[in-house]
Amino acid sequence: MGAPSPRLDDPVLTVDHVTMRFGGLVAVNDLTFRAGRGDITALIGPNGAGKTTVFNCITGFYKPTEGMMTLRHRDGAEFLLERLPGYAVNRRARVARTFQNIRLFTGMTVLENLLVAQHNPMMRASGYTLAGLVGLPAYRRAEKAAIDKAVEWLTRIHLIHRADDPAGDLPYGDQRRLEIARAMCTDPVLLCLDEPAAGLNPRESLALNDLLRAIRDDHDTSVLLIEHDMSVVMEISDHVVVLDYGTKIADGTPAEIQSDQSVIAAYLGVEDEEVETVEAEVGV
Amino acid sequence: MATPAPAPAIAAAPAAARPPLDVAGIVRDAALFALVTFGLCVPIIAFRTDLSETSALGLKPRWGLVAILCGLVFLGRLAQRAVVANRDARRALTPAPRQATEAVDATPNAGQRVSGLALPLFLGVAATFPLLAVLGTGGLGESRYWVDLGILILTYVMLGWGLNIVVGLAGLLDLGYVAFYAVGAYSYALLSTTLGWSFWVCLPLAGLFAGLWGMILGFPVLRLRGDYLAIVTLAFGEIIRLVLINWQDFSGGGAGISSIPRATFFGIPFTADEDGFAARLGLPFSPMHRVIFLYYLILALALVTNLVTLRLRRLPIGRAWEALREDEIACRSLGINTTNTKLTAFALGAMFGGFAGSFFAVRQGFVSPESFNFLESAIILAIVVLGGMGSQIGVAIAAVAMVGGPEMLRNLGFLSAVFGEGFDPNEYRLLLFGLAMVLMMIWRPRGLISERSPSLVLKERKRISGSFVKEGHG
Repeated sequence: MGAPSPRLDDPVLTVDHVTMRFGGLVAVNDLTFRAGRGDITALIGPNGAGKTTVFNCITGFYKPTEGMMTLRHRDGAEFLLERLPGYAVNRRARVARTFQNIRLFTGMTVLENLLVAQHNPMMRASGYTLAGLVGLPAYRRAEKAAIDKAVEWLTRIHLIHRADDPAGDLPYGDQRRLEIARAMCTDPVLLCLDEPAAGLNPRESLALNDLLRAIRDDHDTSVLLIEHDMSVVMEISDHVVVLDYGTKIADGTPAEIQSDQSVIAAYLGVEDEEVETVEAEVGV
Repeated sequence: MATPAPAPAIAAAPAAARPPLDVAGIVRDAALFALVTFGLCVPIIAFRTDLSETSALGLKPRWGLVAILCGLVFLGRLAQRAVVANRDARRALTPAPRQATEAVDATPNAGQRVSGLALPLFLGVAATFPLLAVLGTGGLGESRYWVDLGILILTYVMLGWGLNIVVGLAGLLDLGYVAFYAVGAYSYALLSTTLGWSFWVCLPLAGLFAGLWGMILGFPVLRLRGDYLAIVTLAFGEIIRLVLINWQDFSGGGAGISSIPRATFFGIPFTADEDGFAARLGLPFSPMHRVIFLYYLILALALVTNLVTLRLRRLPIGRAWEALREDEIACRSLGINTTNTKLTAFALGAMFGGFAGSFFAVRQGFVSPESFNFLESAIILAIVVLGGMGSQIGVAIAAVAMVGGPEMLRNLGFLSAVFGEGFDPNEYRLLLFGLAMVLMMIWRPRGLISERSPSLVLKERKRISGSFVKEGHG
């Protein structure tokens, strides 16, 4: 459908025929799409369409019943995400995510949240705790670098003045931004955002758009996001995939999606007399 | 319960008369309490079984006592309701800002804050305790009871700190911690009696074995969460004890292992002969030298536990433990291998339990499975929970209260003058213990020190209120 974005020829993520069944319920049905490197790809669809299930499959929380998900790094390394243990999806394939209901470490400070995200490089630097325990200078340097990185991100999301406050004490919008910064501190190749604009006011929503564009442009990070807020989706995404009842119904640029009959039907419903024409178009 | 209808808060009229007390309602409520007390008293207190002169069992009615108790409860409830009603009325007229919502008032209150003096004070008393005991009782021999008590308390402080890694930092509920204590004790007991190895060789080995058992147990069970983990660790603690009882050839069975070699002063024995510690230093011989040495040994072991824990908290592994307690799913999404991280917490906690166990064996000179029953696990866990999960100083204070407190009951002999000749305060140990726990859970549901201190700071160290900190669920 439509002219593919040139970046789709070098996809960072390829999802092939992924099906996820929970007992008799088919949450995702034979889904195939690509996310281009350097693109912001949006995954949209009505409630219950299976978007979060797709996310959970990609980020290793679910193992799909069928299908294959390949993540390619720029250096050509390939990872089959469905075969990696849950934590390795982030550690080795470098896929980071945020959650629909924010999951910060509420009892730890904002700064600590960003340091936990740098756990793996810091563990190596601390000689798996032994060198850190005796306080070798190499570890101290690594800790300094980790703090600098955290400070850089905090400055970027305008939370530097709250670095020593517990994360649970932040207002909602700040928590959302902090969660994105925390995911970015793992140096991801692909950043998966589950409804990042949910609950934000229009001003915060605009700031989020800028942040996501900056992430795409300044880092070697592609973005995959689930979003209901169409102003965000149409504004920033390069490529949109539409799901309904677990099946992909459209795939293309935002402009194409906006005029796609089956998408309009899925979101708004259709007049009774149009059902047959729409069905014929969609190919049901 | 009909509370006295609080007047709608009219802040503009602070002088408004307080609403009248709903006397009838309060009396009715207190009467209900007395009735419940009566119901409870009938099966428990109203009759006492006595051996009559003919050695037959007879029932001795004690209705007078029941009446006194019901009366006390009635009056107590009456007083409480009156006080509460007054307070509510006052608050209704001038609401405090912190009544708005719970979360607004997030700063920890003064009682939950560790005073800066607490730590040096605690350390100072711990370091000079034998001296204080000798001065206080007036002689080396006389101070023995107190130094022994100090050793007992410090053993529990160390166990509490060890378990704090597992429960307080990593948020894993471990009900079988005493198993690792047992592994440590039996490691020393068996190695020293069969191979003749010295304490200083066996101490690290005991820790190593306990840590190893922590791993062996951890691998299968750390997939479980919450209640399931608690049950399995509880079972593990019992299994170790039952194996020790039943594997006669290995562990000596229920009779235990006796004549375990005593501790030496780095090779110099504490004996009365001329090679002994006292003779070499030119001191008059006293068995107290060994006890005081043991005191400083356990103090050093406990402080090592504490220092290592504090240091680990500032390392990535410690932060990962705390993050795991806060949110396991988020940890996984950040690439933290949660199973390995839990396993390290479990093994390290077990290792310190093993150190404490080998100290226990060298101090007692005798180990038997009966020393490692479930009640021990429960007491250690209670120390951690009472202290405030994750707080090192809180755990130390709780250990002093939980272990030292019941001992103090022995010294309350004067109470028999009040309650009659047969009164033994020691019999009420568990009752008071339970009461203290209930009161704690009402006033300090998150432990004595519920606030968390951040592991690193950018500009300003701020305490984190316990209301943000999660307890972990697996």
